[in-house]
Amino acid sequence: MEVIVAQPLLKANEELARQNRNLLNRRGITTVNLISAPGAGKTTLLENTIGALKNMFSIGVVEGDIYTTFDSERLAGQGVAVVQINTYGGCHLDAQMVAQALERLPLDKLKLLFIENVGNLVCPAEFDLGENYKVAILSVSEGSDKPKKYPLVFQESEAVVLNKIDLLPYTDFDLAAAKEQLKEIKNNLVMFPLSAKTGEGMEAWVEWLKDKVSQTEKLSVTG
Amino acid sequence: MHETALIAEVLKTVQQSALENNLPKVTNIKLAIGKLSMALPEALIFAFQVLKKGTVCEDAELEIEPKEIVLQCLDCTREFRPQDYHFSCPFCTGSQIKIIQGRELHIISFEGEENEHGSDCGSTPVKSQ
Repeated sequence: MEVIVAQPLLKANEELARQNRNLLNRRGITTVNLISAPGAGKTTLLENTIGALKNMFSIGVVEGDIYTTFDSERLAGQGVAVVQINTYGGCHLDAQMVAQALERLPLDKLKLLFIENVGNLVCPAEFDLGENYKVAILSVSEGSDKPKKYPLVFQESEAVVLNKIDLLPYTDFDLAAAKEQLKEIKNNLVMFPLSAKTGEGMEAWVEWLKDKVSQTEKLSVTG
Repeated sequence: MHETALIAEVLKTVQQSALENNLPKVTNIKLAIGKLSMALPEALIFAFQVLKKGTVCEDAELEIEPKEIVLQCLDCTREFRPQDYHFSCPFCTGSQIKIIQGRELHIISFEGEENEHGSDCGSTPVKSQ
């Protein structure tokens, strides 16, 4: 006997992600899911982004990490609301974990929420968390061939941060070629070449986030 | 890397459905896996071999139907298969695209053997050889 199931494997996750998205949208919170390989500079980027924005609006962070709390300790030093999720071996965050983290955040105060995913370019691309935007971070030290190796994460992203451009003179990273590859995967991808460490190029990225926050605000006012 | 989590979900769904359909033994499970998904067929099969033990799927085969990437251009509405992850439209060079196929991670169907006692739900399931 054959039984037709026709069900997505991630159905349970998709349902929870939808609930997270509804909750966050109702509160008028802009949510950004940051995805990159380990060591691309997600936490340094977050530290300096928060530094540039925290006087303008209230920011929260959901910090995904396999075992440690190193990153959330760094971010808590910035004076923002941080909730840690340890996946204990899990290679990605899922919507269930984020739903639990949201219960521990002061959602009535927040305007912008960052979800720092577990360092991995593969699995996080498949799991919707309920965010408004996925942003991929690709760093110069990883090599310019990564977009074609991991197309899904870039196809799913709204923007890409090309981090560590201060290292360009010391590597064979081809910035033009990387941008070209990214455009082939998604032509309207917004790209921010920057160095979170030196601050070069950070303004455009910070402005983009400010724009997204004010877009959400307008929507929640008219909605 | 998340193939184990996906297979755990497959087993959960199939076991539930097998119970509802009074099928004590599952013989075959069919999945559709898109080329754009990041799930590796080999890793799915490996996870399946490990996780199926001790379940109604213990003797089941896992069949994977790969799905090619098909995109639709939102400007000229034509459908195309991208070459080498070149995702813009080859007809009008439009960049707004929709993924029609290739993102699948679906259970299509499964096959099972019915209890030899028919609808005699109360009896111990007969172990088929």
